[in-house]
Amino acid sequence: MIWSKPSSLSRWHDDRWLAPPLALLAAVAALILLLVLAFLLSEAWPVVNGDGWWRFFSNEGWYPLEGRFGLLPMLWASLAAAFGAVLLAAPLGLAGAIFTRFYAPPFIVKPFRIVLALLAGIPSVVYGLWGLTVLVPLIARWQPPGASLFTAILILALMILPTVALTSASALNSVPRSLLHGAAALGLIRTGIVLGVAVPAARGAILGGILLATARALGETMAVLMVAGNVVQNPTGLFEPVRVLTANIALEMSYATGVHRAGLFASGLMLTLLVLALAWLAARIVRRTHYA
Amino acid sequence: MNTPKPELPATYTVGDVVSGPPCCEPVSHLRIEKLSVAYGATTVLDEVSLDIYRGCITALIGPSGCDKTSFLSTLNRLTDLVPGARVNGRIHFEATDVLDPRLDVLALRRRVGMIFQKPNPFPLSVRRNLELPLREHGVRRRDVLDHKIETALRDVGLWEEVRDRLDSPALALSGGQQQRLCIARALVLEPSVLLMDEPCSALDPISSGVVEKLIQRLRGRYTVVIVTHNLAQARRIANYAAFFWMKEHVGKLIEFGRCQPLFETPENPLTAAYVSGLSG
Amino acid sequence: MPSHAMDRAFTCAIWSAAVLVTSAFLWLLGDLVWHGMAHLSWSFLVSEPMNAGRSGGIAPILVSTLLILAVALAAAVPLGLGAAAWLAEYTRRDGALGQAVRLSLDVLAGVPSIIFGLFGNVFFSVFLGLGFSMLSGGLTLACMILPIFIRTCEAGLSAVSDDWRHGAAALGMTRAAALWHILLPAAASAIVAGLMLGIGRATAETAALIFTSGYVDRMPESLSDSGRALAVHIYDLSMNVTGGDGAAYASALVLIVLIVAINTGALALSDRWWTRRIATS
Repeated sequence: MIWSKPSSLSRWHDDRWLAPPLALLAAVAALILLLVLAFLLSEAWPVVNGDGWWRFFSNEGWYPLEGRFGLLPMLWASLAAAFGAVLLAAPLGLAGAIFTRFYAPPFIVKPFRIVLALLAGIPSVVYGLWGLTVLVPLIARWQPPGASLFTAILILALMILPTVALTSASALNSVPRSLLHGAAALGLIRTGIVLGVAVPAARGAILGGILLATARALGETMAVLMVAGNVVQNPTGLFEPVRVLTANIALEMSYATGVHRAGLFASGLMLTLLVLALAWLAARIVRRTHYA
Repeated sequence: MNTPKPELPATYTVGDVVSGPPCCEPVSHLRIEKLSVAYGATTVLDEVSLDIYRGCITALIGPSGCDKTSFLSTLNRLTDLVPGARVNGRIHFEATDVLDPRLDVLALRRRVGMIFQKPNPFPLSVRRNLELPLREHGVRRRDVLDHKIETALRDVGLWEEVRDRLDSPALALSGGQQQRLCIARALVLEPSVLLMDEPCSALDPISSGVVEKLIQRLRGRYTVVIVTHNLAQARRIANYAAFFWMKEHVGKLIEFGRCQPLFETPENPLTAAYVSGLSG
Repeated sequence: MPSHAMDRAFTCAIWSAAVLVTSAFLWLLGDLVWHGMAHLSWSFLVSEPMNAGRSGGIAPILVSTLLILAVALAAAVPLGLGAAAWLAEYTRRDGALGQAVRLSLDVLAGVPSIIFGLFGNVFFSVFLGLGFSMLSGGLTLACMILPIFIRTCEAGLSAVSDDWRHGAAALGMTRAAALWHILLPAAASAIVAGLMLGIGRATAETAALIFTSGYVDRMPESLSDSGRALAVHIYDLSMNVTGGDGAAYASALVLIVLIVAINTGALALSDRWWTRRIATS
């Protein structure tokens, strides 16, 4: 009597030695996340424990050496930069995707996609370098000091635009042709088909892509660090220098000790949770509208 | 058993099968006793008992359903690959019980080869396709490998066609050539039993004919169990036939016997209905 | 119902967006090439940096970058392939264990790179005592590229036809042999694609390396030495070294060429290897 174990392609007689090592490797890969969260938490513990989180919001100003961990200005700066970037990148990226799918002549589609792919592959330091040496002086001539929230938004928008464009393009490509033909048969002109049929049909994946791009913008460090000016203050004006959470960690980590270091780790933990929440939201939206 | 082996003719006709000398030994090679197969809660095969005779071609016929393929899969324990498959009964094969949980399945599968409906040569060169199973079963020496590969390819009639392209991809061969390559791959391990699940159904008529002739040439040297929906094919090549039928979605063996009598004078009315309905 | 005037306006808007994006790209690329080429030379590639990097070259930095990459791949590829093989061969789509592993990897993929820098510093540099070293940096990068690598490899392996698994089983081949000789080679193009994505991410990484492999720009002598990766060098030159812009641009150009070369090289390699071995009919 043979009773096969309930796993796909279950173990063969001589193969009992293969599954355990492979399972171990998979377990190690899966445990990395727990390791990351655990070590972050352990380093951030002095601040997180007790009145920790509250200090982030109630303290006046970020003066860690004096025990003041008010990071609201930096949080606002991060959110402002990210959402500002998305405000710019989402319509442009979506427009780029619509262009590839509906408007571009065939000989332009491939090169344009290559342009997007290359833009997506440029490292963030290179974006930062270009922003620092080209954009900042340019904007300084218009509105000093140049290194500001505005520049950060521009650079971030340029960085996340390819991702939005590529995910939206694949979302639009998955809209069934029958839907589009049906709309054309009803006499809709191209704008109507695109705005009225294609985009709404793909809205789940498009929205998901935009949320993921937001998460990426929030987590971006180098490029923003290089162009935003890094002064800890509330982003009251578009052209004021600001410091985002990620840049803060990068700048102060090298000399932070004790509670200061714990504070940085705690801010990092908070940022991670924010980013993960966005990613989870994105996944939910994609799944929900997928079944709609 | 020390009875003298009967002289087996190289070719035979339908007439020989009915009334002439035996064209295969009536010695049981595989004895199946009360075999039942269930996948999860669904029973697909119920208490099948029959004998597969050594050197003979036994055809499994009957309407479409997974029962015959499941039956075939139990003979080389390929049911182990299906999650939640339960196999009950006994299968006696060369002094072992195939269904013994302690059996060395890999050694069993060397002695019982299988050909699938859709030709599945590996995405490797022709040579590698044949070399890989040999290496896995311990054959390492280059000259031995080359000899066995050439023998197997000659057996299936592919040698002249591929001798100059042994290192080219196997997937570049035609459908019929691929299936013959799969047969060669099974033969290269020198099995004693060959299980074939509708080996010609995915091939064009000409390739199908070539493979069918090949199967006939295997009679006597190998015990062949072949599932086929082509009744004419069964009549042409089989010595014995087993007729399966689904009762309430459960496969049962209805009738088993020498092929020609089963087709011409079946005992069971169901058999009669099936063979006449489809050949009429 | 949009009118024809609206249609023309919309079309105009779409085309303007495309032109805007392309111009931004060309502007960036143009600046990169223009300023980079001015400072680039053969001696730049083979000599040591001098004067804090303003002059001289990037030879030790190139070596460090490749060594860090090598460490990252040496750790990530076996681990990734093994995990992907386990996911593809031993779990079902809806199995709880497989779901848990996949979820963990998906979440890991979303963690910002600066956080990996923090983790690498705490875990590899401090806890495991590797200090500021290329080993520490490479292992941190390995953690970053694992999620995408595993998912790509798993997808590739799952896509390989079951016919071959059954065929291998019927020939009495062990699972391991089938995996090694048939399934993994058949999934090679997906594996290479995952590798390319990983390498692209790794070479572009800065924030994760600053606190793990450090800033030292001398020629490294062993893996436990600190080493400066190309991306870190660009950061240092542009932010901390006045007058380092020229060298920074040249380094940026080298970095981009390196990434493009690795990608196209791997693509061409996998294409040739694939068609030579497989050549489907």
